[in-house]
Amino acid sequence: MNKIINDFSITVGTVNGSGSSTANNTILRAIFKMGIPVSGKNLFPSNIQGLPTWYTIRANKDGFIAHHERRDIVIAMNPASFARDLASVAPGGAFYYADDIKQSITRTDIAVYPMPVKAILRNDPNIPSNFRDLVGNMVYVGVLAQMINLDMEKILAALTFHFKGKQKPIEMNFNALKAGAEWTKANLEKKDPFYVEPMNKTDGLIMADGNTAAALGSIFGGVQFAAWYPITPATSIAESLNEYLPQLRKRADGKKTYAVVQAEDELAALGMCIGAGWAGLRSMTNTSGPGLSLMTEFAGLAYYAEVPVVIWDVQRIGPSTGLPTRTSQGDLTFSYFIGHGDSQSIILLPGDVYECFEFGWRSFDIAERMQTPIFVLIDLDMGTNQWISKPFEYPEEPMDRGKVLTEKDIQDLSGNWGRYLNKDGDGIGYRTFPGNKHPASAYLTRGTGHDEYAKYSEESVVYEANMNRLKQKQETAKQYIPAPVLHTMKGATAGIIAYGSTEAAVNEARHQLNTEHGIKTDFLRIRALPFTREVDAFLAKHDQIFIVEMNRDGQMDQILKTEYAEFAPKFKSVAFGDGMPASAEWIRKGILAKYKKPRAAGVSKKAVTKAAPANKPTAKKTSTKKVTTSPVKGKKAVAGKTVKKANRK
Amino acid sequence: MTETLPMAGAAANVNLAGLTKNDYRGAPTTLCQGCGHNSISNQIVSALYEMNIVPEDIVKFSGIGCSSKSPTYFLNRSFGFNSLHGRMPSIATGALFADHHLKGIGVSGDGDSASIGMGQFKHIMRRNVNMLYIVENNGVYGLTKGQFSATAEKGLQLKKQGENLYLPVDICMEALASNATFIARSFAGNPKQVKELLKAALAHDGIAVLDIISPCVTFNNQDNAYHSYAWGKDHEEPLHEISYIAPRNEIMLERELEEGGTCEVAMHDGSIIILKNLEKGYDPSSRIEAMRVMEEAQQNNWLVTGLLYLDTRKPTLTEMFDLVDTPLNRLTEVDLRPERAMIDKVNALMF
Repeated sequence: MNKIINDFSITVGTVNGSGSSTANNTILRAIFKMGIPVSGKNLFPSNIQGLPTWYTIRANKDGFIAHHERRDIVIAMNPASFARDLASVAPGGAFYYADDIKQSITRTDIAVYPMPVKAILRNDPNIPSNFRDLVGNMVYVGVLAQMINLDMEKILAALTFHFKGKQKPIEMNFNALKAGAEWTKANLEKKDPFYVEPMNKTDGLIMADGNTAAALGSIFGGVQFAAWYPITPATSIAESLNEYLPQLRKRADGKKTYAVVQAEDELAALGMCIGAGWAGLRSMTNTSGPGLSLMTEFAGLAYYAEVPVVIWDVQRIGPSTGLPTRTSQGDLTFSYFIGHGDSQSIILLPGDVYECFEFGWRSFDIAERMQTPIFVLIDLDMGTNQWISKPFEYPEEPMDRGKVLTEKDIQDLSGNWGRYLNKDGDGIGYRTFPGNKHPASAYLTRGTGHDEYAKYSEESVVYEANMNRLKQKQETAKQYIPAPVLHTMKGATAGIIAYGSTEAAVNEARHQLNTEHGIKTDFLRIRALPFTREVDAFLAKHDQIFIVEMNRDGQMDQILKTEYAEFAPKFKSVAFGDGMPASAEWIRKGILAKYKKPRAAGVSKKAVTKAAPANKPTAKKTSTKKVTTSPVKGKKAVAGKTVKKANRK
Repeated sequence: MTETLPMAGAAANVNLAGLTKNDYRGAPTTLCQGCGHNSISNQIVSALYEMNIVPEDIVKFSGIGCSSKSPTYFLNRSFGFNSLHGRMPSIATGALFADHHLKGIGVSGDGDSASIGMGQFKHIMRRNVNMLYIVENNGVYGLTKGQFSATAEKGLQLKKQGENLYLPVDICMEALASNATFIARSFAGNPKQVKELLKAALAHDGIAVLDIISPCVTFNNQDNAYHSYAWGKDHEEPLHEISYIAPRNEIMLERELEEGGTCEVAMHDGSIIILKNLEKGYDPSSRIEAMRVMEEAQQNNWLVTGLLYLDTRKPTLTEMFDLVDTPLNRLTEVDLRPERAMIDKVNALMF
């Protein structure tokens, strides 16, 4: 049998609440530490204990680590999902199961490995009986480790990290794992092709989840105030703030430079953040769809009263409560047009964990510069799963605190200033904060109609001018928000637009389309709304444009059609929303279903055989660099005049 | 008492802060003539002036409603945030973190606090935000032209609305149940008491709730039971159009209320409310006593006025957060961005 090395998926089916996350993370981290590109996805129920849950791991030597639908190795620990798990193994795959599950095994096209988990635990003198339940899942890690050649040292490193160096749990878990491995060595014969072998493709990389990265980035952005309400899957942003703020913003006198408040609901959470943002603090909240619905009212106030605040939306799927533990990109149109009356938002769309960190600090600069709420949309998959990333980088730009007048400034102006005066012609006024002691510094902020001096006004002319100025701010924002990332392929006439966590799957699909179907594509990953001129250029250049996203209705497609009506006939929505992370498979199929061969078949043989650049996590730098060398260049001469601050790397 | 707050040619007396009373005033009121809210605004001006508080040390907050418009009518020199209906507490909670040396003055109404904002009302109480929280309570929605609020008494009749079927919410009772640290009630027509309670509330560190019965001259003007004296049907103004607001005089107490005394006050509609002052020797530090006098007042259809409850031992919200002395909104990048070396530490913390 030919070995298949560093190219397979593992799915573990357990009962939720049985403590399998330690076990699964150990497998994931050990593979990562062996230098192999790998991803892990927790496919869990909205439940505390007792329901089926799965964890999928994909290792891929070429760096294609998006969610993968094929199940090569399946480990079944849950009687309730046993039949389903057995049926899901791909032909030629491997099936491990706890042998106390007495269900018939009908498949003959796969390797089947019973694991006497309970007996192994019982017979090991190093595992006290009261620990058996706690460490039981480590037995399957041991069995798997022995069968696929997982490095025991890396496993130990993973456990040491997981238990933060606490010897007792590390030892107990490692003992159970070793017991599983030793039993396997003596009793199981390898009948499947899957192995890991050390590589060096993760050297210098880290592994983190997007929510943690968002919190850390926010801390490096100088977050001063956060208010939040618990909601899956956004909670761990606030919890990470609570974990890391005391370490990273420690002062000799022990006093705090920040406050994190758990609010009574999402209304109050955003309300507090707006109060703080209005009064001059870098403030943020984190939520998910249902919470964002509640925040709508306040988002409108912040837009109209022009209060800086950062709102992280870790998207889950569905209207109403929906599927709280499943991923989606379903809040795009909602957050873009959030609120009644006319409104339009600035949205940041981090594409990976690294960008979660970067946009964490950058979002405050943009919020304070633009004096408006900034929505940062990620999703459950990016926010709560572990991703390989290049290390976080220290912000190289000084903080942009925006247009603020101090006591001295007011003095210099002899007290003559207006909060909403368009003094600089960019739509952004100057503001003052409570605590400013100059007698002419104060103004009364309101969500009602107001003039340039923040005075109440119901005058039509005043209202309209104010709204037009707000619209102008949206234009101004384009120079401060992150530009899209362009991935090109020589000879491509078709384009793909996507955003957020789907990048890995899109790039894998592009590779497949190129190598298997001879379809070349350029790929523009949008990182912010409103659309910047790079989007204009991309749309103009390509003859058909596939807009890939994880929702039912094709929300990015809707927005593009609205804002680029002239290009609308070229748009082909590839939207898919079932709660699972994007896979190359559905993107490829979705594109193939709508792909139209260009009339002048200008695809040369030479170009087809030239493989697309492999989408390695390490390839990030190259792809980003491509923005400047891309065909967008034509327009760049014009763009060059406007300093794209946020684009500079 | 004048309806327009800034008084032309006022004597240039200065207080210990070196400010004249004019320095505490706001824009001319646009509320109805005779509205009790204006009287309260005047007393806020007087109280702050007399306490020598600098306007820049105060931040004003409000929600939506007639009462919530009033922060425009006092303290022009103070920052203010006229926010959303029922959401003043959260705005204030966040804003007061920015400079914990500042004191908040919030003006809300019975609709704003007891109906749509009941949740936030109760949570700002338990957080003990350092703020004077005034509820200008008239039992009616004025801006939407006369609907029942949650503090309206059962059986009240309102034009177009018919009869109120539900028992009222008692602002002070709710505040007490939510662990507020200063709870008082007064009547807009008793300016002396309003001012004294305002001063006491401003002197309190933490949340100070002041429920001020402030009659609506325009909409809550039907004769009815809770206001226990009915005006004769003949004297009603059936032609009273909703769009026409008859100018009226503000209702003032004719005599001062002695401790423990009761007093009947004729309302604009001719109905009567009975004010009962707290007894001499009443101990406001006892929650049980506070509960008892409120319950007793409810049984007797009295509006018990005075300082009902006080707890000076509880830390304020910002005290609980142990903030640096410099206001947070004066901190700069040096204070806020971890130093460069920390990025390696962070990356090392990841796997």
